[in-house]
Amino acid sequence: MVDLKSQTPCAGRVPLRVGPLSLTEDTPEHMTAIAPYIGQDQALSDALKSAHGMAAPGTGRMTGKSGARALWFGQRMILLIGPEPEAGLAEFAALSDQSDGWAVLRLEGAGARDVLARLTPLDLRPAQFRRGHTARSDCAHMAASITRLGDEAYQIMVFRSMAATLVHEVKIAMGRVVAQK
Amino acid sequence: MRLTCPVCGERDRREFTYSGAAVALERPGAEAMPEAWDDYLHNRDNPAGVTRDLWYHEQGCAAWIVVTRNTITHEVLGATLASEAARAGGGR
Repeated sequence: MVDLKSQTPCAGRVPLRVGPLSLTEDTPEHMTAIAPYIGQDQALSDALKSAHGMAAPGTGRMTGKSGARALWFGQRMILLIGPEPEAGLAEFAALSDQSDGWAVLRLEGAGARDVLARLTPLDLRPAQFRRGHTARSDCAHMAASITRLGDEAYQIMVFRSMAATLVHEVKIAMGRVVAQK
Repeated sequence: MRLTCPVCGERDRREFTYSGAAVALERPGAEAMPEAWDDYLHNRDNPAGVTRDLWYHEQGCAAWIVVTRNTITHEVLGATLASEAARAGGGR
């Protein structure tokens, strides 16, 4: 049997550094889409809390902490990032494994917001898009999930097949923002 | 142009995909006359004024929404989830 070597979605393309800005890859062990059944939202949230320590996030929000997060991921959809989902969650929601399906990037440093503003139509003003806020939106014409992790730190997710394009686009935007300073 | 998604809030038009008149939510019953099916499948108004369209928030939360807008003033008057509009009876 051929011995295949596993690679992360952005292997060989990151980490990148441009001036004060850095682009790195996050490679969570598991990613699971959780779609609560009609009328089971509260039961799912309780189960999520007892199994993984965080309640289900509201629209446009993230719960949990580094290593085990629950991300709002669209209409009636949550993405559990980090832990392997406890089997009991399947009683209240449809679970589907996404672990190898998404590229997860972290853009950080002074000017990170200006970089992102070149790529997405989202309203990124600090008072509008706060730490812990998340959105599904367009990033360089790709369907993305964008989350604010810190003051000048954002998580950007796209389908794995688009990882190279995203890195390319973010790298160009980083260079232009730094060149303007 | 910006549309207010009932789930996500105000978003840029480029996140949405246009489908067509919201008549798609008013599917005739199985017993309906051929004329009703003809209207449903083929005949569309082209109103100068308020119109209702189906849009898909494709680059966003993946919700289908009914957007009410004015074709004369380009004013966007409101948006509701298509699932709720359909449950409320044909979306009118």
